[in-house]
Amino acid sequence: MAPRDDPMQQAPMARQGGPQRGGLSPWRAPQLSLRFWPVFLRNLLVWRKLAIPSLVGNIAEPLMWLVAFGYGLGALVGQVTVSTVSGPVQVPYILFLASGSICMSAMNAASFEALYSAFSRMHVQKTWDGIMNAPVRLDDIVLAEMLWAAFKALFTATAILGVMLALGISHSPKLLLAWPVLLGVGITFSCIALIFNALANGYDFFTYYFTLFLTPMMFLSGIFFPREQLPPLVRTITDWLPLTSAVELVRPLFMDQWPSDGWRSLVVLLVYTVAAFWIALALTRKRFGG
Amino acid sequence: MSLVPGAGPARELLRVQNLRKSFGASTVVDDLSFAIAPGECLGVIGPNGAGKTTTIRMCLGLSAPDAGQVSYALGPGSTRVLDMPQDAMAIKARLGVVSQIDTLDPDFSCSENLLVYGRYFGMRDAQIRERIPGLLQFASLSHKTDARPGELSGGMKRRLSLARALVNDPQLLLLDEPTTGLDPQARHLMWERLQLLLQQGKAILLTTHFMDEAERLCSRLLVIDHGRKIAEGTPRALIREHLEPDVVEVYGVGAHALMEAPVKSLAARVEISGETVFFYTQDAKPLLLALTEWPQLRTLHRPANLEDLFLKLTGRQIREDG
Repeated sequence: MAPRDDPMQQAPMARQGGPQRGGLSPWRAPQLSLRFWPVFLRNLLVWRKLAIPSLVGNIAEPLMWLVAFGYGLGALVGQVTVSTVSGPVQVPYILFLASGSICMSAMNAASFEALYSAFSRMHVQKTWDGIMNAPVRLDDIVLAEMLWAAFKALFTATAILGVMLALGISHSPKLLLAWPVLLGVGITFSCIALIFNALANGYDFFTYYFTLFLTPMMFLSGIFFPREQLPPLVRTITDWLPLTSAVELVRPLFMDQWPSDGWRSLVVLLVYTVAAFWIALALTRKRFGG
Repeated sequence: MSLVPGAGPARELLRVQNLRKSFGASTVVDDLSFAIAPGECLGVIGPNGAGKTTTIRMCLGLSAPDAGQVSYALGPGSTRVLDMPQDAMAIKARLGVVSQIDTLDPDFSCSENLLVYGRYFGMRDAQIRERIPGLLQFASLSHKTDARPGELSGGMKRRLSLARALVNDPQLLLLDEPTTGLDPQARHLMWERLQLLLQQGKAILLTTHFMDEAERLCSRLLVIDHGRKIAEGTPRALIREHLEPDVVEVYGVGAHALMEAPVKSLAARVEISGETVFFYTQDAKPLLLALTEWPQLRTLHRPANLEDLFLKLTGRQIREDG
């Protein structure tokens, strides 16, 4: 007879809860907890060691675009009309471009982090495997990576915003509101990027994502020129791009105006975010075999 | 508290029952059952692709079994049984794991690696920092506190991985090939550290390809092949049970011809592997005397060991995937 103090000797069926069999659906609901926080902190600690050089890289390129196109092309273009809640408003081209390109910078920063850097941690360094040997779920790791990429996007956007303020491009008090919106833009694009991270065999795969998805979107979302210039059909399609919604939310705030269709844009971003996170998590679970 | 035969049922930390896992048409783990008691070192040996790593992954809840059960009774005076995968978080909080591939953070120093890993267990920074000097000392890495993994030798990296697995002071360690790729010095130091842990009462589940490692460290062995358990017992008992006590290895030009010579009848069993002929026998003396007729051949007389057992049970053929 087994000693009574040994729980292992009890018949398995007598214990609470039967075992779960293999084949849990990877599409089951995300199981998120605060255990994501130490993973986020891990990335923060690595980044703190490299923050200054990465800051230079993050803001130098967008600023070059802004200066070259904003001042150079802006002199040729002159004023651009933007529709706001209080009707069409004329703005200098540099303000038009700055308010759009900051969304692009947030998108790019989030995408780079959630693709190249996350893939390094997941696949090359096997950091995720190490973390999963501790009491941290894959779901929480994916959440941490998503929020981390969004944080990097916010950091980049903040730095660029600082330079724009210093250059006097905008002094709108509503820029304070643009800040959380840009964090949201970072979240949306890190979720989308994590889908491709889950599918990648190597870094080369991400080139497709950038050239086939992000680059066309940059030109179709009203960053460099108003979408009114697009053929009607293309314009209707671009109404539903996440970057379009981001620009339509952020641009009026730069002009001290309210977005004309703010709620719609927020809902579009939210739907992209939730759907992309769910898909990214399911595909990552598949990749890790459960 | 160890599983000495006849000592009655001991408390078990981990019990695996009728575990089964298939990938497509191939069954990787097939009706595997075993258990580990406190202070015990259980070695799992088997050729490449035998199912060792898949078994460990199922023990960690990283892979879901098709059938069977993985249960733990961990923690001080624990009376509650925790099952994988439902209780994965509670189980992992009390486990230490060293995987086959190092997953150390290349951007962190040794002490930062321990600090960051301790946080995954929900430990407070002060609590972890208090443990770091002791852990680094245990890993013989006190002089490398601020070095990054890239500056460490293979042995040092493995010891840092072991120290990292101890950050939460686990009762049970799961080590997947902890000394693969290490030089003999580094391997001996690793063995010494693992012995120390066993003396402290920790239990270890170890997979290995090194029979000397299994013989030296493990109180009990599990031989698996094609996902099935083919033998289980203490190293000595397994050798006694499956093998003749003496082995005479003969090699040199013309050694293979011995297979046709009458000398073959002096051994209970004869096998060829590469250029060497292995004679397994109860008594080597008449055999060695007879072999003096072939002065060009070289002979080695030794007791049977785990490697002989392993090769007998799993075959001498190189596996296609091996």
